[in-house]
Amino acid sequence: MKIHEYQAKEVLRKFGVPTPRGIACFSVDEAVEAGRKLGGNVWVVKAQIHAGGRGKGGGVKLARSEEELRAHAGTILGMQLVTHQTGPAGQTVRRLLVEEGADIRQEYYVGMVVDRVSQRVVLMASAEGGMDIEEVAANSPEKIHKVAIDPFAGLSDAHADEVARKIGIAHSALPQARTLLQDLYRAFDGTDASLAEINPMILTGQGSVLALDAKMNFDDNALYRHPEIAALRDLDEEDPAEIEASKHDLSYIQLQGDIGCLVNGAGLAMATMDIIKFYGGAPANFLDVGGGATAERVTEAFKIMLRNPELKAILVNIFGGIMKCDVIATALVEAARQVSLKVPLVVRLEGTNVELGKTILAQSGLATIAAANMADAAQKVIAAAKGQ
Amino acid sequence: MAILIDKATRVLTQGITGKTGQFHTSAGIKYANGRACYVAGVTPGKGGQAFEGVPIFNTVREAKAQTGANVSVIYVPPPYAAAAIEEAVDADLDLVICITEGIPVRDMIRTRYRMRGKRTLLIGPNCPGVITPDQLKIGIMPGHIHKQGPVGVVSRSGTLTYEAVSQLTALGLGQSSCVGIGGDPINGLKHVDVMRMFNDDPSTEAVVMVGEIGGSDEEEAARWVKANMRKPVVGFIAGVTAPPGKRMGHAGAIISGGKGTAAEKLAIMEECGIKTTRNPAEMGRLLQSVL
Repeated sequence: MKIHEYQAKEVLRKFGVPTPRGIACFSVDEAVEAGRKLGGNVWVVKAQIHAGGRGKGGGVKLARSEEELRAHAGTILGMQLVTHQTGPAGQTVRRLLVEEGADIRQEYYVGMVVDRVSQRVVLMASAEGGMDIEEVAANSPEKIHKVAIDPFAGLSDAHADEVARKIGIAHSALPQARTLLQDLYRAFDGTDASLAEINPMILTGQGSVLALDAKMNFDDNALYRHPEIAALRDLDEEDPAEIEASKHDLSYIQLQGDIGCLVNGAGLAMATMDIIKFYGGAPANFLDVGGGATAERVTEAFKIMLRNPELKAILVNIFGGIMKCDVIATALVEAARQVSLKVPLVVRLEGTNVELGKTILAQSGLATIAAANMADAAQKVIAAAKGQ
Repeated sequence: MAILIDKATRVLTQGITGKTGQFHTSAGIKYANGRACYVAGVTPGKGGQAFEGVPIFNTVREAKAQTGANVSVIYVPPPYAAAAIEEAVDADLDLVICITEGIPVRDMIRTRYRMRGKRTLLIGPNCPGVITPDQLKIGIMPGHIHKQGPVGVVSRSGTLTYEAVSQLTALGLGQSSCVGIGGDPINGLKHVDVMRMFNDDPSTEAVVMVGEIGGSDEEEAARWVKANMRKPVVGFIAGVTAPPGKRMGHAGAIISGGKGTAAEKLAIMEECGIKTTRNPAEMGRLLQSVL
């Protein structure tokens, strides 16, 4: 799960990580009021969307007067912000963060991720702060310094200092940087985060170390033990079809094509999309109905796919293991009737009780196109989508 | 011969009194030598009871001492599953197969850290399990699609593994053992570990490696194959069409920071002499072509 920058900063502050003072706003008036509350004469107006690259897209602006603050807030709120992470359609800005201006002397990158190879949380840091870290990693990986963290002892003083020194933190700021890094790890560990990034972490003219930006993602499988984090979910930032799917325990991801896929199992669902592409078609979605595909869940899956105006045909690919093909076939027939399915439906069934399943489909009166195997299914659904 | 499990294996089910544990233990008992192989169940507080003739114990240690169980399979709900793995490791079993999906990553990081220096192997979590056809089935895969033979199968997926197996069986190619290593980012045995075992197993003549986007397990295995493998290996990677930054069902199936793409994995596998296909309907025929 992703959260906004202002929420990530609230989480980090609870663990002691210093950030600039700021106020989240939902209207222009609130933004102006926030500027007054914060005081001073320089503010940063920051679009709050889940995607990165907001600055380059025009979603972060500096205001030197109340008029400027009002003007920037007006421009950014409601704008369709396009960044390299939003896709061409962009994301509507519904929330702002107004922060006091910071006196930036030096910028650094600091991040923590779960490393699959060492099977630990890894601290990554670079002197190239404020930059796109993926670019730094690709072009000059030697500029990224890493240390794997002991899950029981936490981030040691020695490791924190070693990384801080390598990215060029001055001796006088070392204790502050060490504390920030250790607090960042406590926040990561204490909230079951899957990613925590401070980009940039800054050294101010007054010599203090601050998290100027913050990003945190969380492990969906651990949200049950963090209701305070789960409450930060912003449904406006998520695809409505994906939200609906998650309510029914379906794993759904919208894609650009016109052939809907309904599959059991994540690997087979990906392979089904791949084989559609292999034969020259374009998948409209990833959809894993999981192990217990009841008529109700299949109905919901159909409904979600049918929301997509591009959808021209549906391919159902089920490898019945524990889930029996006759059960699936019955569920398919009932679901197709319930949604009065108009697009062609190609069905490939394999596995336990497959013959019984095929008979149920054949005798249902439902206009399904039966496929013998995955290749046959892909070719038939592509033809059906073209109206052939 | 086979790898990891065979008819001499003695299995205990952790979480045997839950619905899932009962269902799959029952199916395991009915498959081949299952009646002799499934010797114990463990559910804290339910010791002294029995399930389909299998005695239930309160702890893994007790179950091992009483029955000689050496392998455990875990169907414990996610909040308690990592602790169940640790209990099996502490009891010094040979192998733990964790089927449970949805274990928090933080729990698995700690469990894997505690497993350092221990001899117990872990398969999974979030995996279908292991089957040695006509000998023993441990996990949730449908037994009837398998056939005993010379092909080793290793995969991060469940149903996609069944797809590969059924293609093999349809071509008359049986399997030595089929291992689902699971779809989670922090897991036990990886492709490379299973590949080593297949290389050393006299009954395995060729291997199908089924991978997917995310991480670098397939690349690591490919490099090992190039340097060490004495048997032909073929492969498929799911997720050529997966968009970056999106988790494709499995917790570990995600392209992050441009890394872990199917194209990258396929290219490295090809470089390392592993024949690959972009067509998942051709996994069986591809394997047949290298025998």
